[in-house]
Amino acid sequence: MANSEYLNRDDSILQLEMDLLLEAVFKQYGYDFRDYNKAHVKRRLVYRMHQLNLESLSELQHKVLYQPQILSLVLKDLSINVTEMYRDPAFYSCLRKEVIPILRTYPFLRIWHAGCATGEEVYSFAILLKEEGLYDRAQIYATDFNTEVLETAKKGIYPISKIKAYTLNYQDAGGKNSFSDFYTARYDAALFDPVLKKNIVFAEHNLVTDSVFAETHLIICRNVLIYFNRSLQNKVLELFKDSLIKGGFLGLGSKENIMFSTVQDQFSITNPNEKIFQKKIL
Amino acid sequence: MKAYEAIVIGSSAGGLHALKTLFKGLKPGFNIPIIIAQHLSPHSENYMAQFLDQLNTIKVKEADEREKIKAGYAYIAPPNFHLLIENDRTFSLTVEEKVNYARPSIDILFETAADVFHQKLIGIILTGANHDGANGIKKIQLFGGFTIAQNPGSAESDAMPKAAIKTGNVLKIMELDEIADFLNSLDS
Repeated sequence: MANSEYLNRDDSILQLEMDLLLEAVFKQYGYDFRDYNKAHVKRRLVYRMHQLNLESLSELQHKVLYQPQILSLVLKDLSINVTEMYRDPAFYSCLRKEVIPILRTYPFLRIWHAGCATGEEVYSFAILLKEEGLYDRAQIYATDFNTEVLETAKKGIYPISKIKAYTLNYQDAGGKNSFSDFYTARYDAALFDPVLKKNIVFAEHNLVTDSVFAETHLIICRNVLIYFNRSLQNKVLELFKDSLIKGGFLGLGSKENIMFSTVQDQFSITNPNEKIFQKKIL
Repeated sequence: MKAYEAIVIGSSAGGLHALKTLFKGLKPGFNIPIIIAQHLSPHSENYMAQFLDQLNTIKVKEADEREKIKAGYAYIAPPNFHLLIENDRTFSLTVEEKVNYARPSIDILFETAADVFHQKLIGIILTGANHDGANGIKKIQLFGGFTIAQNPGSAESDAMPKAAIKTGNVLKIMELDEIADFLNSLDS
């Protein structure tokens, strides 16, 4: 069946098939995409259906249930794994100027990168902590529900073709050294200095289905909430609130906000443009 | 005449100038919501929304995540995000891979808009130097919506309207001022 023919079918049937597929994935495997924004999920699932030459999402559901390798494709489609080092450099310079001075007052730091995907932002912030002399007292947790992307994150190897853009980002973010001090270039890959990994624990954690993580001083979770509907956003923001110490910080993506959420009153705004918030002390 | 509920516009190279001409031609109080995916550098600020807003024909703003689409407004996709439309007529944003080398992608906006507005949607492709939006135009027309391309002959960059026309799914080829007149005639 042609692509357009399928898409042109009664949309309510497509919606139904999508809901059933997501229900099946949740009940069989525990991955819960039911409260993700539908337009995105639909696009990704229909894309996968076409790639596999299937005629309907019901057929895709059948495959997902009986063939684990198809599940892993769908998980990859639905996970948010587009990231870059120092994405939005102003966010990092703001952390440096407004958050680091306060973090410096703690003898020990726990930092949680929630939904870290392939880890670019984890290494970005680890470098920043090194430069600020705080790395050695930090315990960094980098989590994602997708074990495949976590494997990439653990390796800390990124394509050399991206390094030029990352170097510019690093400089814009207020980097204090030469960016090349932090990686070794080999063939077409850049291997980030393994000492950056010393205090990082990479772990599987699902924001939708797992619970409170640890008493953390800073949570960075960027461009994850935009994929969730309002109720799931609230649920995850509550989880973040409960995982932060009083006075702890939360850094979100540039288009994400705690305004109009259920935790709005429990945070103060550290920087409105960079979406950095602080859990109130009282 | 059927009532259109939304207009989606895709533009790329030369888009700012074209949008300016188009918006200047709209009558004051134009009421059908307009949603724009304009290719921009990922680091640009939302100056475009401000610039078009200052023309004072229609209120123009950057689309916010979860914002409800309202009559009398034009929305612009934020730079470096894809803009999607949900069934409840709110916006959602994603940072998934670039489509046609672009984020925001015109195709993504157009395709999700077609899912929601069906035949009550108008899709317009303006000037641009790539092929983004061609698939979106196809889907809008298949879903019964109305499709327009800027005349490639007078567009600053002709590749994008040409690619849309080549799909065979563009119903009208028009100059910018004709597009404005046409839209004005729909809004009563």
